[in-house]
Amino acid sequence: MNKVVKDAEVAIHDIQDGEVIMLGGFGLCGIPENCINALVKKGTKDLTCISNNAGVDDFGIGLMLKTRQVKKMISSYVGENAEFERQLLSGELEVELIPQGTLATRCMAAAYGMPAVWVRAGVGTEVAIGKETRVFDGVEYLLEMAFKAKFAIVKAWKGDTHGNLIFRKTTRNFNMPMAMAGQITIAEVEELVPAGTLDPDHIHVPGIYVHRIFQGNNYEKRIEQRTVRK
Amino acid sequence: MLDKIGIAKRIAQEVKDGSYVNLGIGIPTLVANYIPKGVNVTLQSENGMLGMGPFPIDGEEDADLINAGKQTITEVPGTAYFDSALSFGMIRAGKVDLTILGAMEVSENGDIANWKIPGKMVKGMGGAMDLVAAAKNIIVAMQHVNKAGESKLLPECTLPLTGVKCIKKIVTELAVLEVVPGKGFVLLERAPGVTVEEIRKATAGKLVVEGDIPEMVID
Repeated sequence: MNKVVKDAEVAIHDIQDGEVIMLGGFGLCGIPENCINALVKKGTKDLTCISNNAGVDDFGIGLMLKTRQVKKMISSYVGENAEFERQLLSGELEVELIPQGTLATRCMAAAYGMPAVWVRAGVGTEVAIGKETRVFDGVEYLLEMAFKAKFAIVKAWKGDTHGNLIFRKTTRNFNMPMAMAGQITIAEVEELVPAGTLDPDHIHVPGIYVHRIFQGNNYEKRIEQRTVRK
Repeated sequence: MLDKIGIAKRIAQEVKDGSYVNLGIGIPTLVANYIPKGVNVTLQSENGMLGMGPFPIDGEEDADLINAGKQTITEVPGTAYFDSALSFGMIRAGKVDLTILGAMEVSENGDIANWKIPGKMVKGMGGAMDLVAAAKNIIVAMQHVNKAGESKLLPECTLPLTGVKCIKKIVTELAVLEVVPGKGFVLLERAPGVTVEEIRKATAGKLVVEGDIPEMVID
């Protein structure tokens, strides 16, 4: 049951060009920094990335955009990245925008083994175009499909050798649903401990969802909008 | 006429004691600063937090603790964290009592457009579509007219929609209005010093004026 791999390079070694991958985090909060760096180093191309955001120019997924490794982004909000905008306007990058809750719920559907879910978000808007609809109790819903991603890459605070994960504060965000939605889930953690060390009552993601785990290093944990009280 | 803080102060009067509230980016965020004493609200941040506190004091920022605007924030006693799927689950299930957000356009049947201007860089809808599709009560905080001087309260939205028939109330620098589908923008209050005629001029959609319209009371 030991799921520990040496480092990010080993963890992502079999992610091929053209793969669909999920990347956890919200903005720059709780992103899998080590794995992103390893993907940049490996140079994997034509990736479809399912991620709430697309990083900033010199951090997060922005690093993979700079090296032109991303073919398509599936996100809810992508505003903080000039290189992203350039590639989008020049047609180099394809973007599919999805309501944030729908994005999370399509992960959840995959995590819970459900093929699709009915949601209200987007009814009557361009998001509904081409989608099956159904009325329940007089309210119209859209059919949204579970994501099918070969790899999910997430970052947790603590993890154990069985792949059990614990997150800190608002880093649970998309890391938790994505960790449970990938066919192969790779988790990088700030602190890796032997199985039996974490309190079983405190586990957020049970290890059954996690296939590879390693202790990351040199976390920068960049803050996107540093705001303080006056 | 109100400034942004005035709009925030007026909306703060709408917040009920014991409610769960989601605040959008911009003027809605300011509302938290003006909630009357004795009114206890729990702020929901859709990136996974109930019980959002103020910005941290300098030096106590935590990269693992941000709001949906990606700003550093703090906890309050009783804070709970969760993931994005659960966060939108509680929104979808109608557990959040009030959502306050900005808009580019609102129509007289309660449609809202606030995420996309064709021809301009599209950043995405974030959680706006999920919130407007689900919240029991939605108040829009916005300017009555856009920078070009055109009314943002329209018979029908011209921009791509965020949600349909969902907006209940609008607070602008000129007025408080209730959106009643089939009827129009029902004028409830005037901003200090603003006449009904001025509000009528700034409203492209159908404005309903019934009886004497009181002036807002703002501290």
